[in-house]
Amino acid sequence: MAVADIFKALADPTRRTILDELVDRDDQTLFEICSRLSNKHDLGMSRQAVSQHLEVLESAGLIRSRREGRYKFHRIDPVPLRSMLHRWMKPQTTAAEHTTETEEKT
Amino acid sequence: MKAQWISIPVDDQARALKFYTDRLGFIPKVDVPVGDEFRWLTVVSPEEPNGVEVVLEPKGHPAADAYTKALAADGIPINQFAVEDVQAEYDRLSKLGVTFTQEPTTMGPVTTAVLDDTVGNLIQLIHQEEGEPEL
Repeated sequence: MAVADIFKALADPTRRTILDELVDRDDQTLFEICSRLSNKHDLGMSRQAVSQHLEVLESAGLIRSRREGRYKFHRIDPVPLRSMLHRWMKPQTTAAEHTTETEEKT
Repeated sequence: MKAQWISIPVDDQARALKFYTDRLGFIPKVDVPVGDEFRWLTVVSPEEPNGVEVVLEPKGHPAADAYTKALAADGIPINQFAVEDVQAEYDRLSKLGVTFTQEPTTMGPVTTAVLDDTVGNLIQLIHQEEGEPEL
């Protein structure tokens, strides 16, 4: 998967919210994702718009969809994110160093 | 004018009656033959025996099947029923073998779950917190 696709997919706040909600629970129908965006995040957008966001996420490899019987479910796939992180993370970097860095920034 | 009926297109009226009574707990209200093949078949909530009737309607028109299939594919319920406790209904119905496409989820003022009615539709169970504006 092209890294550019992943960044493009993550650049949009709605798509990041969709991923947050899929972390909350995997295997959601389009209807559930729309309901969560509208009721929890006040993102009342058309079903078509949400569907397009899902397509972008899926083509970036960040979510997977599967059919089960007559239904279609979506789940997050964190693998592309992990490989992206490894690109810049030094193997010797420890958790402690990370904490220091985070604290300095805040 | 009164809204007395809601209609749910079903794959099979006999199976629908069984599911809506045995599983969901509605009670039969009217059951009369219409022609050779179909019935005017309605059920009501035991909490409101004179309330709105749910018409378990045959899919007489070819478009009805396309419509319900398209809704189900996107996980969209064809209708919703109000319950006091979504989690309790989910537990009770799961034990009876009812399939859910969405487990109980609280989203702001509402808690919902979505189940498969076995005759081609998804049904949403919903509880709204008191004091919240009607949707």
